[in-house]
Amino acid sequence: MTDNFSDKKPSRRQFLAGAAALGAGSSAAGSLSASGDDPLITEVQEWAQITGDGVDATPYGLPIEFEKDVVRRNVSWLTADTISSINFSPIHALDGTITPQGCAFERHHSGAIELRKEDYRLMINGLVDQELVFTYEDLERFPREQHVYFCECAANTGMEWAGAQLNGVQFTHGMIHNMEYIGVPLRTLLNEAGLNAAGDLKGKWIFVEGADASSNGRSIPLEKALDDVLVAFKANGEALRKEHGYPVRLVVPGWEGNMWVKWLRRVEVMDKPVESREETSKYTDTLADGISRKWTWAMDAKSVVTSPSPQSPITHGKGPLVISGLAWSGRGAVKRVDVSIDGGKNWHEARLVQPGAKMALTRFYFDVEWNGMELFLQSRAHDETGYVQPTKEELREVRGLNTIYHNNCIQTWWIKSNGEVENVEIS
Amino acid sequence: MLKSRDLFMISFASVFGVLLAATYLADRFITQLPEDAKIVPIDLDLDFKLVAEAYASVVAPRDGKFGLGRFATKNELAAWDKDISPDGTGLPVGSGDAIDGEEIFSERCAFCHGDFAEGLDNWPELAGGLDTLADEDPVKTVGSYWPYLSTTWDYVKRSMPFGYAQSLTDDEVYATVAYILYSNDLIDEDFVLSNESFFDVEMPNANGFIIDDRKISESHFWNKKVCMTDCKNDVKITMRAAVLDVTPEDEEF
Repeated sequence: MTDNFSDKKPSRRQFLAGAAALGAGSSAAGSLSASGDDPLITEVQEWAQITGDGVDATPYGLPIEFEKDVVRRNVSWLTADTISSINFSPIHALDGTITPQGCAFERHHSGAIELRKEDYRLMINGLVDQELVFTYEDLERFPREQHVYFCECAANTGMEWAGAQLNGVQFTHGMIHNMEYIGVPLRTLLNEAGLNAAGDLKGKWIFVEGADASSNGRSIPLEKALDDVLVAFKANGEALRKEHGYPVRLVVPGWEGNMWVKWLRRVEVMDKPVESREETSKYTDTLADGISRKWTWAMDAKSVVTSPSPQSPITHGKGPLVISGLAWSGRGAVKRVDVSIDGGKNWHEARLVQPGAKMALTRFYFDVEWNGMELFLQSRAHDETGYVQPTKEELREVRGLNTIYHNNCIQTWWIKSNGEVENVEIS
Repeated sequence: MLKSRDLFMISFASVFGVLLAATYLADRFITQLPEDAKIVPIDLDLDFKLVAEAYASVVAPRDGKFGLGRFATKNELAAWDKDISPDGTGLPVGSGDAIDGEEIFSERCAFCHGDFAEGLDNWPELAGGLDTLADEDPVKTVGSYWPYLSTTWDYVKRSMPFGYAQSLTDDEVYATVAYILYSNDLIDEDFVLSNESFFDVEMPNANGFIIDDRKISESHFWNKKVCMTDCKNDVKITMRAAVLDVTPEDEEF
């Protein structure tokens, strides 16, 4: 079966994924009796006779063992160690829009810490009328809101600037997750402290920092803080996971993930930005002439086909094929997604499962009849501000090759006639 | 009889207490429910005070305050409010030079950053790279890239050394920062870095940044007429990820 794949040795994962699916298909076909009956149907199966697990076999359930490859993965050569590092959500194997917490990407600067709710404190200080300290319990007593938002690391797809590099949508686009948050608007807490001391609120800032050793401080315009920033303590219905900032993280809708400070411990209202390490030496974008953009907070509109993709090859042969993908914009709602199967020669409007929601992932489908020919799959997102996802060439023309962050280019997957998929760049 | 009187008095006192508390709470917390208070569309809440007012309708007074939390103490503020701004706000009194800094650096920083701040393995290099920002592979260090010295002081004080953050005294931070500057040839060996001499140091890339200009420089990505059919003639592969072959492989599955 490996021979069916390309000249380059496929990864073990791809091979197994393909093998499992092909195996299932061929055994079903191959094991039909002379009468054409499927023994899975005509013979009484073990699971239809004996009993299964009782309740409480797993008080907190994990995915069934058959899904054990749907996990976060790390690119070990990317960072010096796993403490200050990042991994990737397995978006090639997920569907819908909500990312389960257990496989939502992690990014730590000094590791994921264990902070008990009882030990949690949030300080509001600086240009406020009363500098306050809240406990976790205090936070739960303010009126709450519920919102679904994507969180994308500014470096998502960053390894692809110079060329097609990583063979899997998990690695090219997996620094993203999308969760339903419960929390208190930051404006409620700022108002509790009182902003009269800040005077004219225009042009003022907040500085936010975490309780971990990195403290990961970021400056955010007060205008954004008073708009839609959320102090969140629940995600997808349950407490935040340790790796996502338990018990409290900041949610900064549409803006780069680095600003979503985990283990949030302090919010300071200020006259000017702090210009911390994370907003000067990192998360700034160097252009071809050596000048760098700073404060590039918004994540531009972006989309990608999640399946088929290198980790999710076509194993069912010709016929109906579901092309499935994700689209999002940090500037508002996704309005439309176009899909091309011929490398951008012709485009077709994809089907959005639901109308796009502001700063949240949108699932799109494009259902085709695959004739077994090679395809060059692309997708192109449009958001409500009129922004259209650019090609990599268009981005490079403006930004050059040295930028790391904010790569929202159109991705190309080369679908080969055997169903294998590869990350490529095309003319 | 005595007992029941006691009980009566106690219950009277409790009821009175509750009523007193209720009256107080009513004064303090309960305001009239405005007719349109119930529904506040999230998208429309441009003025947070209006929203707070709406929230306040049931449980809080009209200024939107809930009476939660407590005042931060001076010591608490001093313990956490340590950020340093580019204009020097927050910088404590203290000093240190590169000679002292070298010792601290080799003991507590060189394990990752190298003896000369050149960076080991994938750990950040802190020195060198001057005039490389427009090159194919720019080397971004404190000397070549960081626009403000305050950032270095702030980061070393709050977040370093990696694995033992916030362990350096203020003087040690001045000395360590001095050593990093010295490694970048930005100060002489005997330069004493202090809160007073802080702004004698010139950061080479201080003017190397512009504020996000995407809405102007990339305005052509907005409202462009997209082509839907016959958009190009030829599609050729120009680069393949499989050729580079740097994708991690799973061994455990």
